[in-house]
Amino acid sequence: MASIEDAVDQEQFSGVPREKLLEILRSMLMSRRFEEKTAESYQVGKIGGFCHLYIGQEAVATGAISALREDDYVITAYRDHAQALVRGMSPSKVMAELYGRIDGCSRGAGGSMHMFDKAVNFMGGHGIVGTHLPLATGVGYAIRYRQTDQVCLCFFGDSVVNGGPFHEAFNMTAKWELPVIYIVENNSYGMGTDIDRVAAVDELFMRACAYQGKRAEQVDGQDVLAVHEAVKRAVVRARDEKRPTFIEAQTYRYLGHSMSDPAHGVYRTRDEVAQERERDPINTFVDRLTDAGVLTDDEVEEMDQQVIAEVEEAATFAENSPVPGPEEIYRNVYSDEYRGGADGRDAWR
Amino acid sequence: MAVITYREALNRALREEMERDDSVFLLGEEVGEYDGAYKVSKGLLDEFGEWRVRDTPIAENGFAGLGVGAAMVGLRPVVEFMTWNFALLAYDAIVNSAAKMYAMSGGQYNVPIVFRGPGGSALQLSAQHSQVPDPWYANIPGLKVCTPATPADALGLLKSAIRDNDPVVFVEGELLYNIKGEVPDGEHLVPIGVADVKRAGADVTIVTHAKMVHVALQAADHLAKELEVEAEVIDLRCVRPLDTKLAIESVRKTNRAVVLEEGWPIAGIGAQVVDDIQREAFDALDAPVARVSGLDVPMHYARSLEKLIVPSPETVIEAVKHVCYLD
Repeated sequence: MASIEDAVDQEQFSGVPREKLLEILRSMLMSRRFEEKTAESYQVGKIGGFCHLYIGQEAVATGAISALREDDYVITAYRDHAQALVRGMSPSKVMAELYGRIDGCSRGAGGSMHMFDKAVNFMGGHGIVGTHLPLATGVGYAIRYRQTDQVCLCFFGDSVVNGGPFHEAFNMTAKWELPVIYIVENNSYGMGTDIDRVAAVDELFMRACAYQGKRAEQVDGQDVLAVHEAVKRAVVRARDEKRPTFIEAQTYRYLGHSMSDPAHGVYRTRDEVAQERERDPINTFVDRLTDAGVLTDDEVEEMDQQVIAEVEEAATFAENSPVPGPEEIYRNVYSDEYRGGADGRDAWR
Repeated sequence: MAVITYREALNRALREEMERDDSVFLLGEEVGEYDGAYKVSKGLLDEFGEWRVRDTPIAENGFAGLGVGAAMVGLRPVVEFMTWNFALLAYDAIVNSAAKMYAMSGGQYNVPIVFRGPGGSALQLSAQHSQVPDPWYANIPGLKVCTPATPADALGLLKSAIRDNDPVVFVEGELLYNIKGEVPDGEHLVPIGVADVKRAGADVTIVTHAKMVHVALQAADHLAKELEVEAEVIDLRCVRPLDTKLAIESVRKTNRAVVLEEGWPIAGIGAQVVDDIQREAFDALDAPVARVSGLDVPMHYARSLEKLIVPSPETVIEAVKHVCYLD
């Protein structure tokens, strides 16, 4: 009897098995629905602080992380919810962190920009542009040091390529042949500044040419399988040859830089955003899957409803989780008994 | 007890800890082939190989960040800065990454790393190479800051710092590398955040740390010989955790205190020490506490002025005479 598996055009989907295709779609839907809920909760004041949404860029995180092994490492910047979810963090832990609750992944200490989960080797969540690139180099160094065959995948935004840490990290990673895959999510804007206005070379993948041994490629970041395949190639190169790779994924964020920033206006037009939404990474992937008979429209709808229900559960979980009490204040300043300000200098007495 | 230099003590600490734990590695500018700009890492490359003694490019933020990433996944990096002045380029890696990681990951990722190198003025190195970084790091929750003054403390504190599970800033004295002192044979560990009496005395307390311990001791010798004033010299040894308990006990006995540091006065270490003394030993004081610090200017190159900017035994003697009402 012919199975749906047989019906999948292996070439069209680059040999990715049906199971994996569904996992990829589900991941992207989870990122999208989770962040839609995040925006809603932010607007009613349940989430505070800086909150950077990823909507529109889902194919990059999903395509890339789905090419990794469980014992590999992932590190990213402050636009980190999707990476955390795709890597396997529970939506409840992420949402509770956003709500500043005790059951959040960092017990409410980190918030939106600092998601961490050691259990799935998800290393943050870093809030200063570019600082985590050398950290990824260090993870690569540790992998070579211990002579294991893991890889480290490091995401960052396009504005990073003009700063020092990018070059310092790339130089050391290339020179010492460290198994790090750097992937720049080029969404064209560093906050409200068009990359063309501040970058001398705006074909970002070209930047890697300065670092011998670092292979570079450009990929359509709205095509989840293209990203997946590019990262798969990079993973082989990192695991087997201990060589770094630099991937430029061209993508687009639909919303503002953060929740306090409008989607369009000063630096881009409503038409531009509308046009980019036309090649939505989830819709185009759904179309490919349904056209090829991998899934029916009803099955997609069912999956979407399941994801929405899971997100709602996460929000309820977050809502019901206790807020951190005063006993939490000094908890994780140091890993030993010395508690910094607890020696009594930081309060009136 | 062997008599060795401060430099040899640091070298011994590194070697012992690298032998003891193969997750410990050293990286920084000139640490390998060159044996260290100040020869602290002499011989370590030959003994441990390039993956454990790594010469880096001149890219402080980059290699300090590399250390933080490696520490997050369980290695124990010792990052050497050629001097702490250059580490300003790595302030982000130290303050934003190393110091915050444990807290902002909710206790999931600790960062067992040591950042070390020489600080303070040396001889005629002018403004950019003569700074005391201690307060810049003492201000940061999440860091520990060690400032050893003697070979024994350099040995014992560096070993403790390497074994510590949190980031430690380790400020060596650029002019201390050649000083000699006794160090215990065998395993010698000094706990982080515990002050030490370097000279006992009943008449006045001098509270200080790092290179200024030696200035205080010279002043104390003079005071004893010339004025029959016996100064007790308290070496803080670390400025975070800052242990002022010994200093306070001492002030309760002597009733007078001079607080001495090499760095600048505003928001200096001494400001905190004086605050602790006035809070805990106000009743015991027979005179306002005096502070001696470096003068509040960028360092001059001219030797004639440099000598005036860095606290000297003479300045300390003046301050002691003042709090003893002998001036």
